[in-house]
Amino acid sequence: MTTERVNGADMADPAPRRSLFRALLEGRTRREVAAEGTPEAPVVVSGPKWGDRVGLAAVLLVGLLILQEVIRNPNFKWHVVFDYLFEPTVLRGLGLTIWLTVAAMAIGIALAVILAVMRMAPQLWLRLPAVTYLWFFRGTPLLVQLIFWYNLAFLFPEITIRIPFGPVLYSGSANDLITPYTAALLGLALNEGAYMAEIVRSGIMSVDKGQQEAARALGMTNSRILWRIVLPQAVRIIIPPTGNQTIGMLKMTALVSVIAMYDLLYAVQTISSRTFDTIPMLIVACLWYLLLTSVMTFLQGRLEKRFEPKGEGARP
Amino acid sequence: MSVPMVEATRVSKSFGTVEVLKGIDLTVARGEVMCLIGPSGSGKSTFLRCINHLEKLNAGLIKVDGELVGYSRSGNTLRELPSREIAARRAQIGMVFQRFNLFSHMTALENVAEAPVGVLKRPKAEVRDEAEALLRRVGLGDRLHAYPHQLSGGQQQRVAIARALAMKPKLMLFDEPTSALDPELVGEVLEVVRQLAGQGMTMILVTHEMSFAEEVADKVVFMDGGRVVEAARPEILFRSPRHARTREFLTRVL
Ligand SMILES: Nc1ncnc2c1ncn2[C@@H]1O[C@H](COP(=O)(O)OP(=O)(O)OP(=O)(O)O)[C@@H](O)[C@H]1O
Ligand SMILES: [Mg+2]
Repeated sequence: MTTERVNGADMADPAPRRSLFRALLEGRTRREVAAEGTPEAPVVVSGPKWGDRVGLAAVLLVGLLILQEVIRNPNFKWHVVFDYLFEPTVLRGLGLTIWLTVAAMAIGIALAVILAVMRMAPQLWLRLPAVTYLWFFRGTPLLVQLIFWYNLAFLFPEITIRIPFGPVLYSGSANDLITPYTAALLGLALNEGAYMAEIVRSGIMSVDKGQQEAARALGMTNSRILWRIVLPQAVRIIIPPTGNQTIGMLKMTALVSVIAMYDLLYAVQTISSRTFDTIPMLIVACLWYLLLTSVMTFLQGRLEKRFEPKGEGARP
Repeated sequence: MSVPMVEATRVSKSFGTVEVLKGIDLTVARGEVMCLIGPSGSGKSTFLRCINHLEKLNAGLIKVDGELVGYSRSGNTLRELPSREIAARRAQIGMVFQRFNLFSHMTALENVAEAPVGVLKRPKAEVRDEAEALLRRVGLGDRLHAYPHQLSGGQQQRVAIARALAMKPKLMLFDEPTSALDPELVGEVLEVVRQLAGQGMTMILVTHEMSFAEEVADKVVFMDGGRVVEAARPEILFRSPRHARTREFLTRVL
């Protein structure tokens, strides 16, 4: 009885991938396991299949071959890659890339909450601007939007903010107001706001209507219901796609190099335009992007765990 | 004579082209317990939801404690109040739903304390003590920090009642509070309602529990097809109803 349980639990691992690796490492054959069975208490053998072992070995082999080819190929110039990986200008570009990602996501999410609420409002005058916004920012390429913001000074050379028929609050050249930096941040954040708005909206819609009704019956105002009842429950739905959006944003920031923003990509391109090591420098950038993406994926998993519903569905 | 707690006159309500309430006239005196009964789709829930303005009216008046809940009147027209004012008036009317509708991200205690702190702006510590006392009163003194999904249906509904009571309402509305419960859990919820009736709370209760209605109600109202067919003291309505429709309904459910 005891042997059966131990062996069974050992081999019938619920996660098939792990049991496959374990079996390969431990090298126990089916026959060895079967030998532990007795006529009264036979052993359940449910280890990896032969085909799985061959498949895994083949995949690992091909992977190693490709890796070897890449490492050995002199055209990749790995010494250049490692020379420049921690170059101060590269790190400076990396810093801006991270900052743009964080800032654009923060502004984008704030915008998205406003847009989502407007979009779901019963009043047409609130819905109309929100729908138009989404239509425009989702309907045009981000690259074009960035160039557009960058060239805003060309369209509106003078920017004056004044109270209608009243005093002037601000007046100046658009070139001072819309620097490449503001154009980049504005472009990324406004675009992100449009995409996040749909995510926030689906989160809001997932919240039980009955709870909102109960809140209304208790005399809570709409804004209080949004902040206290709806949004805290919507975050659970919003977090996983927001993680994806952030990872996407990290790489979208590379687009700002076209408007001469000193981000990671721009930094490596500046170097390679001098040294002509285009591919090695792009590898430098990619290694950083990959590292950041891995960190974010890890953090996303942790965050999702924290917001996991605690045994929902227990309601009758 | 004092102002009745609820006074409904010629209340009409349509959803699109379907007229769901066709001129309801009802009064509920202070401290009175009124039970609403009637077949499915007769408009009981809709009427209840009109009282605290969760639904808008098409015509007619509903006054709670002498005051219109969702409207201001000028001559023969009613105009909807700003949502803040409606919210303030709703805060004085408690409502308990068939499906409990507890805030699922909050513990029992937080559910009860949320509105007194957030809406009435009362001090947290004081509200917390009161909320604890209320939960103890409904028999949940040991489940203060449980989340809704950790509670049985009957326990959830008792939290929902405590949540409504925490606002010190003048009037309590119950929409089939036991219909979503397993039979063995119905009693514990009805016991809480029975206590409230004993303490003189004014209540309107939509229910299918006929024997309970007979026991606690001061007045039973039978609705059908968006109209009040018959309203009478429970012993009269259940024992010797005057209308054929009431008799027919009662023979079907009893
Ligand atoms: N939001 C709505 N939109 C359209 N029709 C509705 C809406 N709410 C209720 N109705 C309709 O109004 C009528 C009355 O519904 P109501 O829920 O008031 O009945 P009820 O007496 O409470 O029935 P039950 O015993 O099944 O709860 C029904 O025909 C229903 O379909
Ligand atoms: Mg109903």
